[in-house]
Amino acid sequence: MSNNTEFTLAELMIVAASEAWRGDGEVLASGIGVIPRLGASLAKLTYAPELLMTDSECFLVEEPIPLGPRGDHVPKYSGYMSFERVFECVWGGRRHAMIGPTQIDRFGQTNLSVVGDYRKPRAAILGVRGLPGNSINHINSFFVPNHSKRVFVEGEVDMVSGVGFNPARWEPGMRQDFMSIRRIVTDLCVMDFEGPDHAIRVRSLHPGVSFDEVQDKTGFPLLKAADMGETPHPTAAQLDIIRRLDPHDLRGAQVKGNPPGIRVPV
Amino acid sequence: MNKLMTTAEVVAQLRDGMTIGFGGWGPRRKPMAIVREILRSDVKDLTVVSYGGPDVGMLCAAGKVKKLIFGFATLDAIPLEPWYRKVREAGALELMELDEGMWQWGLRAAGMRVPFLPTRCGLATDVTKLNPELKTIQSPYADGEVLLAMPALKLDVALVHVNVADSLGNTLIQGGDPYFDHLVARAADACYVSAERVEERLALTPDQARFNTFERYLVKGVVHAPCGAHPTTCAPEYGWDMAHFKRYVASAAEDGGWQAYMDEFVTPGEAAYQGKNGGIERMGTLPLPVF
Repeated sequence: MSNNTEFTLAELMIVAASEAWRGDGEVLASGIGVIPRLGASLAKLTYAPELLMTDSECFLVEEPIPLGPRGDHVPKYSGYMSFERVFECVWGGRRHAMIGPTQIDRFGQTNLSVVGDYRKPRAAILGVRGLPGNSINHINSFFVPNHSKRVFVEGEVDMVSGVGFNPARWEPGMRQDFMSIRRIVTDLCVMDFEGPDHAIRVRSLHPGVSFDEVQDKTGFPLLKAADMGETPHPTAAQLDIIRRLDPHDLRGAQVKGNPPGIRVPV
Repeated sequence: MNKLMTTAEVVAQLRDGMTIGFGGWGPRRKPMAIVREILRSDVKDLTVVSYGGPDVGMLCAAGKVKKLIFGFATLDAIPLEPWYRKVREAGALELMELDEGMWQWGLRAAGMRVPFLPTRCGLATDVTKLNPELKTIQSPYADGEVLLAMPALKLDVALVHVNVADSLGNTLIQGGDPYFDHLVARAADACYVSAERVEERLALTPDQARFNTFERYLVKGVVHAPCGAHPTTCAPEYGWDMAHFKRYVASAAEDGGWQAYMDEFVTPGEAAYQGKNGGIERMGTLPLPVF
């Protein structure tokens, strides 16, 4: 483990994730999982105080809650967001969620149900959960801690749980315009859907990662954004906020080996 | 009017092939004392309608489930429900896998006695492709939009665990999130509740009465079941039992694991179950999870 870096890959990904909510306005920011939640919290505490957030249960908070045991910290609640209210929010489109699907395809379709044959799957995961409804109603972003062809599959995902930009799946008369897929944050790069016909582009590469490496680990062809550069490094102020939000360093367990943010090419 | 019953009397109302809805959400406030009574019974071929947690997993493990109508099965802190996973991967279940929102929408339709409710959820996914009984409908108005017509999910029986009930069937759900138990109750021909505490008649302040989420005319029977949600949570009173979950998860990886779990925890009855889990003193004071 290098000891001459000042931030970890997880912290770089948290900062990259936080950028996903830029410009969304007053929506419910749902970061599902440690890194997306820290990303949403960081966004709210820096450039997007207008975001709504919950305590990851059923109460709204204006001050994002630190992860894990809280010691003396007593959350201050500003409102209520039961699961029933979440569905009302989702169907009204005022939400941007970042989730970690098991598989993602070139159309942005996602799978959280099963890997392999549907009737007798190789692996049963969680079930489609809220992906069908989330994906067709509001903005979504994805988080992938293990960028690989197992996640970014060739062809379609094994079970289309969340909708995407696949024309073959849409019938005339269905409203596709409430769907919006914003960003994919992985352990190698940040991608978006801003290529021709919503093709996936690499927006930025994490330090020490090459485009070829990303392409080799992706099951479909990728485009390069015209201004593709390096993913911005966390600032000292951002790192302070992240450390305050995650006092037990749960983020350190989110990427295998908790590598430094600046990797030396092999 | 006195609706008090035992778990055995509730399960005696169940018939093979029934469609049964369960309250709660994943590993939260599941009617587990009644689930354990079902596990001890001969009832089989059930269609289970649930936001799945160990209720789904244990009924799958025991071979009670013919069909599952669900959006997920999980123990949350342990993401993959071990017995759901094992039985699902064996290809042994009929399935109607639904978006979480569609699931409650179908119950709502049943409770309102309409054949369907429109939604966009499920369109353009494999949910509709794999369930050809889910039909679309075109808006009769100028927009002409094509929507999914989520069919009513009618239940024969609803099983719900609550914090407080009385002998008339009045109930209070006092945790932060009441989930969708009111819709489960409304969708069913008969709803049976288990409760941490049972009184003869509730006499509440307005603030307390707001925790009543469905009417007593829906409730056919009330069971006094302290720690009846264990090993799931029952906020604000107790959290899930991680040690028990780990033991349960391990059973799915052992030869004869389910039979061993049954022998140790279920077959000897609820009093023995409480003894095996440290008694209600321990079970009722397990800390609530912090996220």
